[in-house]
Order: sequence, then structure tokens, then C-alpha cells
Amino acid sequence: MISANLSAIFYLVSGVLFILALRGLSSPETSRQGNLFGILGMIIAITVTFLSTDNFSTGFVFVLIFILVGGSIGAFIAYRIPMTAMPELVAGFHSLVGLSAVFVAISAFLNPEAFNLGVPGNIKLGSLIEMSIGAAVGAVTFSGSVIAFLKLQGIMSGSPITFKGQHLLNAIILVSIVVLIYLLCSSQSSNLFWILLVVSFLIGFLLIIPIGGADMPVVISMLNSYSGWAAAGIGFTLENTALIITGALVGSSGAILSYIMCKGMNRSFFNVILGGFGATEETASNSNKEQRPVKSGNADDAAFLMKNASSVIIVPGYGMAVAQAQHALREMVDTLKKNDIKVSYAIHPVAGRMPGHMNVLLAEANVPYDEVFELEEINNDFANADVAFVIGANDVTNPVAKTDPQSPIYGMPVLDVEKCKSVLFVKRSLSPGYAGIDNDLFYKENTLMLFADAKKMTEDITKNL
Amino acid sequence: MEIDPLIFRLSIFILSIFVGYYVVWSVTPSLHTPLMSVTNAISSVIIVGAIIAGLSGNSESVFNTSSIFGFLAIALAAVNIFGGFLVTQRMLSMYKKKKKDK
Repeated sequence: MISANLSAIFYLVSGVLFILALRGLSSPETSRQGNLFGILGMIIAITVTFLSTDNFSTGFVFVLIFILVGGSIGAFIAYRIPMTAMPELVAGFHSLVGLSAVFVAISAFLNPEAFNLGVPGNIKLGSLIEMSIGAAVGAVTFSGSVIAFLKLQGIMSGSPITFKGQHLLNAIILVSIVVLIYLLCSSQSSNLFWILLVVSFLIGFLLIIPIGGADMPVVISMLNSYSGWAAAGIGFTLENTALIITGALVGSSGAILSYIMCKGMNRSFFNVILGGFGATEETASNSNKEQRPVKSGNADDAAFLMKNASSVIIVPGYGMAVAQAQHALREMVDTLKKNDIKVSYAIHPVAGRMPGHMNVLLAEANVPYDEVFELEEINNDFANADVAFVIGANDVTNPVAKTDPQSPIYGMPVLDVEKCKSVLFVKRSLSPGYAGIDNDLFYKENTLMLFADAKKMTEDITKNL
Repeated sequence: MEIDPLIFRLSIFILSIFVGYYVVWSVTPSLHTPLMSVTNAISSVIIVGAIIAGLSGNSESVFNTSSIFGFLAIALAAVNIFGGFLVTQRMLSMYKKKKKDK
């Protein structure tokens, strides 16, 4: 119905629309328009595919049925999912991209004629290489995302799973994948294709199990990147510009996010990927734990401190998400604002379980985004603020990162919470955070610990204000 | 000698990586979660491959091993497309500015 050249141009248009979709995210005002560009790009790509295959027989009806079934499931999930579960959702969605890349590759391998790639047993070499890379990366994305999903959902323990010889095993498997792709391309054997898929699923699983819960921001970003590279691999196989452009965009987007997350923890990418962080330090710090005095208070004390403050900075962390305390927090802030107290929010890059996690939760609780600041924007303001209210964050406020070169988190950028006149620290107990190290902040003169559930404490403070 | 079309695709690929690099650095950190969900949605444009695969059956039998994988991929990608764009839209609609009259 439409020529190959015309459809190639339309695919290019949809690729450009996808670029504009990401471009829109540079500010919240333009972001909604950007999302519409993305939707438009997708509609163009799908419509052009239908027109160029020019097959409106029974198969077409089934395609529509499958789109409708998948689409309704997706729409249902999108409307029902609570914002606190966003990391799990994104991990789950990544696994679907990975698996569909695998399925498309399988389909192309079994029936290359449909894609103009040659005949079974004699697929064009270039296409076969692209196909097997796409399939392998897709499989890694799938199994890795499933593990990330299970860890985030709490079905699987968030603590790192390590065993002896783990890195050696992973290295052997990675090398064997390269060898398998080489052998597959020279022999065209379908058995090797299936083995390649199985081994790739296995390595995705093995790569993610040693990575702990709080490193999930890096893992999710990394899997985001992989899903892009898988799509690009398939795009090369299908000679489809929209898919190649999108794959490259998503691949570099995920890579940049992983880089930002690693920098937020002052750790190298390899350090995170090799995993096991926090497992060894924990035992060490427990053995030489000294009893130091802490000041603890109740909601009444906290309310008193905040009532007499003129500016308050809130530092939210993953604990706030766990306790679902964002709405209670917003109510507390509303009360503070009524008393003419200036309130702002300080977000550490790795707060939460995925990039931007805290921002979404605060937005959900109707916190205006111009009250929310990133670490670099707000770190100097702590010295002039009266009260810092730390809710569910821990390691990202630990002054040890600036003072103790022996500490595993030394050099990590932290929020200078201790410079505030007083610090209110909402936490359930004195237990160390994810890094397994004690937070010096607990024992400072100007820190008041509020031992309680974050949501309950925030509500109680509001009552006392 | 003619240039292999693969080289053109490779050029598009490399240039798109650079476009992605600059565009993504300009994304404000507070929108990193919507960035992830929207990249998720757009990478599901892989559905175009799935559709070709699904339509690969002949008129006598719509379903063969190859097309079944295609149909499965269509369903998975469709979950992502609808889910990804809608959840992004839902998130973005929550980002509001401070009201001036307060």
C-alpha cells in the first residue's frame, strides 16, 4: 500500500517525535506536551507498519485483539498502581520490553522470510548477528528486571546474595555468550540459538542477585539502558529507523541515569554491579559498637521546635515511601506554612529506590515542585535554616562521609543537615542504614531523635502544632 | 563500490546516542521517574517488529510457531505502551506549581 521509502520516512518522523518527548521533560510545564508527542510517534509507527505490511486479513484482526488485551491490562495497571510502587512498576515494564525483544528475535529466527532476512538455516550473516545480540540483551533485561522486581516488591530479600566464585562464574558465562553468538553465526544451528537464550536468561539473573536493595536506583537505570540496547539490536535486524533511534535514546538515557546514581553514592559503576555492598561492613560495625548517648523526644517537643523556627528543611528518604507518610507530611507542612514558617524540601539524588522517586511522591501529595530542591541547590541553605526534619533518610545525611576516610561511604555527597540549628530525625530505631554504618548525626548535640513510624509521628506533630 | 545500508543505519544509531546524551542531560532531576516510564513506553515501539511477526502467517493458518511468538510480543509491548504512556501522564499531571494566591 505504501512504498518502503515512504514508510521509512514515517518511521523517521516517529523517531523525531520520541526525541521531542524526552526533550519535553526538561521542565514540568513542557512535559505533558512531550508525552503527547511520544503517543503521536507511537501511533504513527504502528499505523505505518499496518499500511506497509498491507495485510488486513484474519491475522490483522488477531493483532488488534492482542493489542487490545495487552493495552487494557497496561491501562488498568497504570491507573491502579500507587505512586509508592513506581520502582516495581518500572522494573516490571522493563522485563516486558526485554521479553518482547526476545520473542521478536525468536519469531525472526524461525521465519526469516517474513522479515526479508533470508531463509531458515541461511539467514543473512549481518541480520543473524544483530538478531542474536538483540535476543541476548533482551533476555538479560528480562531476567534481570524480574529479579529487580521481586527484590523491590519484597517477595525476594533485598539483601545481596553472594557465593564463592560468583564473579568467575559470571565472567565465564559472559565469555560463553560471545562464543555462542560466534558459533551460532557460523553454523546457523537453531540449537545454539536456544542455548544462547537460556544462558542469557541465566546471566541476567546472576548479575542482579548480588546487588542490594538500596542500590536499586542504579540497577533500574541500568536495566532501562539494556532494554534500549535490546530494542536497537532488533531495530537493526528489522532495518527500522524508529526502533534504532528509540533504542539509542533509551540506551543512553539509562546509562546517564546510572551514572548520576553512581555519582550520588560516590561509587564506581563496577563497584555497584559487582555487588555485595553493605554485607561485610555490617558485621564489623556491630562488633565494636560503643554506647553513645542520644537525645530522644516526642511529637510535642518536635512541634515546639518547629513552631519557634522561621525556616524548616524537610529531608525525605525511602522510609517515607515505606511508611506512606507523604500526605501526612504535606499536611504538617501546610500547618507550618500557616504559621508563616518557610518550608522547603531537600532531595538527595539516590533517595528512594529509583531516580526521582521522592519527587514523584511529593508531587502526588500535592507539594508544588518549586518547593523541592536538589542537593546542590539547597545544601548551602542548611546553615541558615532553623530545623531540619529528616524523615526516612539516613546514609545520605551522615556527616561521616565528609570526615572519616575509613568509612565505606567516604566521599559520597551528603546533605549538610548537621549545620542546621536543630535536627529532628524520625526513625524507628537506632539501627544503621543500608551502608551498615552508624550515623554520627544521631549523637550530635543539636539532634533530637523521634523514634516512631514516620506517618504516625508526622500526624502527631501536626496535632501538636 | 556502494556503501552498505548497514553503515547508514549505524550512522543513525551513533548520532541518536549523542542526541539522547544531550537531551537526557537536560531533563530536570525531579522528572527522572517520568523519564524512566516514558522511555519504557517508547522502547515498546518494538511492537512494529512484533506486528510483522504476527502477520507472517499465511491465509490458511494465521497461527504458526513464528507468528505465535509475534502475537505474544504484541501483547507484551501493548501492556508497556498503554501502561507506560498513561502512568507517565498520570505522574506528570501531579507536578504543580505553587499557587500564587497563597
